[in-house]
Amino acid sequence: MTSNDVKPEWPLWEIFIRSQHGLAHKHVGSLHAVDGASAIHHARDVYTRRNEGVSIWAVRAADIVASSPGDKEALFDPAQSKVYRHPTFFPTPDGVKNL
Amino acid sequence: MSHKFQYLLRLGDNCLVLSQQLAAWCGHGPALEEDLALTNVALDLLGQARLWLSYAGEVEGRGRDEDALAFGRDGLDFRNLLLVEQPNGHYGNTVARQFLFDAWHRQLLAGLCESSDPRIAEIAQKAVKEVRYHVERSAGLMIALGNGTALSHARMQDAVNMLWPYTNEWFDSDAIDAQCASAGVAPAASSLAAAWRADVETVLGRAGLTTPTYTGHQRGGKLGVHSEHLGRLLTALQFMQRAYPGAQW
Repeated sequence: MTSNDVKPEWPLWEIFIRSQHGLAHKHVGSLHAVDGASAIHHARDVYTRRNEGVSIWAVRAADIVASSPGDKEALFDPAQSKVYRHPTFFPTPDGVKNL
Repeated sequence: MSHKFQYLLRLGDNCLVLSQQLAAWCGHGPALEEDLALTNVALDLLGQARLWLSYAGEVEGRGRDEDALAFGRDGLDFRNLLLVEQPNGHYGNTVARQFLFDAWHRQLLAGLCESSDPRIAEIAQKAVKEVRYHVERSAGLMIALGNGTALSHARMQDAVNMLWPYTNEWFDSDAIDAQCASAGVAPAASSLAAAWRADVETVLGRAGLTTPTYTGHQRGGKLGVHSEHLGRLLTALQFMQRAYPGAQW
């Protein structure tokens, strides 16, 4: 390899794992991989060593569209004064989990 | 000594020696993800070695447990294949060795799942799930590196060529293999050849690599006739128990 060669980084992937059936996939971290299939393999090896999951999603970090911290006020502040949007008036039946 | 004991030593020693080899990559892998993945494989193999050697000790009936067998035998008493004791080399050498072994290991374990010995069948059923993943991973790396750059392609072809002489020993059948096969304890050694060959040719083809035609194969590991690499490996593996016999933590 000559000194002009730059070692390209593998693309970054965000990893989501569903810990059990019925629950949503949860973001657990990120890793580098050359493609989707190897991202799943790597996620299996890095994030499910202790039996954490039943399903893995890998999403290219570059494909995630994120809100800008600068837009925080415009996006979120208006909801602060609207308590009537909280469903606190409804009693939760006993035995309902994961709500 | 019983044929079954000898056969179990072969199973256990393959896993133990290869696990020790892979463990040497811990912290030195080419990327964090690969490092973890390979050491996971090493741990799987170590777990399998423990199960086989524990059972071997019970079958022998002389009070030797898994530790006594792993740490207390000399090189001449090891029954692993020559392939698994070949040096790690660069990462491509390690990947090629792993793939050639995994492809055989999977066929063997699938056969052992049908063993007439329920304990062997149980261990094989646990191990085969792990090894199905091992072969998927190592085959994927073969294909990726074979199709990578001109350099990675050349290195993978060299690695395969170099290891090829060690990929026939496992199909040889001696008295121990024949006895275990006729008792239904294990599949006949030669019966795995066709499936292994087909798997390997498929993956090498997809990797753009040429399957070697070389036929001057090496043998001896199954009988304890090893290459010079095993001694060094065992020196590291057994040091602690040799220096401090019976030490525990």
